[in-house]
Amino acid sequence: MDMKVAKKLGLKERYTLMTRDLAWDTTYQPMDKVFPQVTFEGIKIHDWDKWEDPFRLTMDAYWKYQAEKERKLYAILDAFNQNNGHLSVTDARYMNVLKLFLGSTPPLELMAARGFSMVGRQMVGAGPRVACQMQAVDEYRHFQTQIHSISNYNKFYNGMDEFAHQQSRMWYLSDGKSFFDDAITAGPFEFMVAIGFAFEYVLTNILFVPFISGAAYNGDMAAMTVGFSAQSDEARHMTLGLECIKFMLEQDPDNLPIVQRWIDKWTWRGTRKLASVGMMMDYMLPKRIMSFKEAWEIYFEQNGAALFTDLARYGITVPKCFSQTIEEKEHVTHQSWIGFYMKPDATPFHTWIPGKEELDWLSEKYPNTFDKYYRPVYEFLDQQEKTGNRFNNKTQPMNCQVCVSTIKFNEPGDPMSTCFRETRYKGEKFHFCSDHCKDIFEHEPEKYVQTYISSHQGLQGNCAPEGVDVNAPDFNPGDHIADYWKLDKRATGDFNGSEDQKNFAAWRDQATKN
Amino acid sequence: MASNAFIAFQKNEETRCIVEAIVEDNPEAIVNEQPAMVKVDVPGRLVIKRATVEEKMGRDFDLQELQLHLITISGHLDETDDEFTLSWNS
Ligand SMILES: [Fe+2]
Ligand SMILES: [Fe+2]
Ligand SMILES: [Zn+2]
Repeated sequence: MDMKVAKKLGLKERYTLMTRDLAWDTTYQPMDKVFPQVTFEGIKIHDWDKWEDPFRLTMDAYWKYQAEKERKLYAILDAFNQNNGHLSVTDARYMNVLKLFLGSTPPLELMAARGFSMVGRQMVGAGPRVACQMQAVDEYRHFQTQIHSISNYNKFYNGMDEFAHQQSRMWYLSDGKSFFDDAITAGPFEFMVAIGFAFEYVLTNILFVPFISGAAYNGDMAAMTVGFSAQSDEARHMTLGLECIKFMLEQDPDNLPIVQRWIDKWTWRGTRKLASVGMMMDYMLPKRIMSFKEAWEIYFEQNGAALFTDLARYGITVPKCFSQTIEEKEHVTHQSWIGFYMKPDATPFHTWIPGKEELDWLSEKYPNTFDKYYRPVYEFLDQQEKTGNRFNNKTQPMNCQVCVSTIKFNEPGDPMSTCFRETRYKGEKFHFCSDHCKDIFEHEPEKYVQTYISSHQGLQGNCAPEGVDVNAPDFNPGDHIADYWKLDKRATGDFNGSEDQKNFAAWRDQATKN
Repeated sequence: MASNAFIAFQKNEETRCIVEAIVEDNPEAIVNEQPAMVKVDVPGRLVIKRATVEEKMGRDFDLQELQLHLITISGHLDETDDEFTLSWNS
């Protein structure tokens, strides 16, 4: 017999009942004492009820769909691993992109989880509080699943096992560390712009969309499933970031200059962080689908412009750095890879000179810059390598005090000279990669004088393994730093001739012959 | 010129139906297939209608199931029981 079931509540009513209606105002303590952080940045909020999470995801639906995502993900991971999937990737150079990803990404996911737990606690409205809580759980999931997926590769290839130790110590991982250190030590609203807007909208759209599609193209089903599964949450995260920006702008006109400054700052910080992601796409994926430049045009220039045009009704203008990022998209990945190639003793992943076909692909994708500026450098480095004179820069890099990238990017409008800025603060000199980073420093110098810079720490004697006397007259910081980093020597230097290369060839041979 | 609203999905049997539904309901849709994923752009406003997806799948469909397959979106989102809409005001 048919039974007439009472019509379910609509999505909007369900969402309201399950979030806002479950919240209450405190009475034993005044609300401003319970939520002390929401005022000190100068942001004025008059009515928290005006915030509505557009995804309208209630907690019960959240757990249901996330559980389903995890089941799918682990089914694919298990199948890939059971089937020795690592031997089906294009070639063993691919493993190096995983090594760079492992050091640079899961630790940041963990920081995002921490950050959203903290910020969720500070948000007065129930809508953002629930959304932040979900995001904190999501980011923790990303942190775990990324490590799980790469742990299988770690059984076979060198240089992966010390990523957690290296993350907060190694020079090339400091840009990501500083991005999150900066965001998490800001107030709750700036954190939302830093991560919800710059990290999710600008960065993850490139890292987890074209890059992960590229990983799939290279046969890495594990990275593909983890990356896309993470990105399915990022769509929700971007929406939260955008909603927060709109909410601040709608609540009070005084919020506009503060929000604008954060958008300017974090767009630039996101751009700098992307140089290495772009390098992964242009140089480290053996098979490529899209250049960094093309990805940047789709996901930042067009998609970013769509957002800025939309926000113009509140008075938001395009970030100050926008035109510089457009100029730089044709340069940064090449400058980054050359930079890594030149430091063969200082990374737990291998580098190489791109092959002839790869150089041609780069020429085609970068018609304005590659042949003119970068191909000659590779040809020179290659010739030096062949005559036994492989370039090896043994000095400590100079880093930007704000973004902590090594100072290597070019002067705007002049690709042949390095961009370098400095300023004095309390009698000390500080160095920057760009005008934008210098501006960021000058706005909050007390914050950025504390930046962790691996080179400075090394020279100050703070990066020696236990038992080494840093005050001995013959102490040389460079002698110990690789041990301090717990750097696996087998994973450094050239890919050609490496253990990974030999093992992969031998195992693949076994897998395809009797 | 209106900015594009877009949505990208992992490529699988379910999203094949979802993309067919989008194309039917958004005549200006541009479908872009890439390894393991598919991206659909529509100038200004992109709408996914539950009824059309159900017709393509031949089963009931809850628009929140999109969560499982989503890769990324662009545009302001409005979600009801019947429609999932992404749009830019410009
Ligand atoms: Fe994440
Ligand atoms: Fe995220
Ligand atoms: Zn900088």
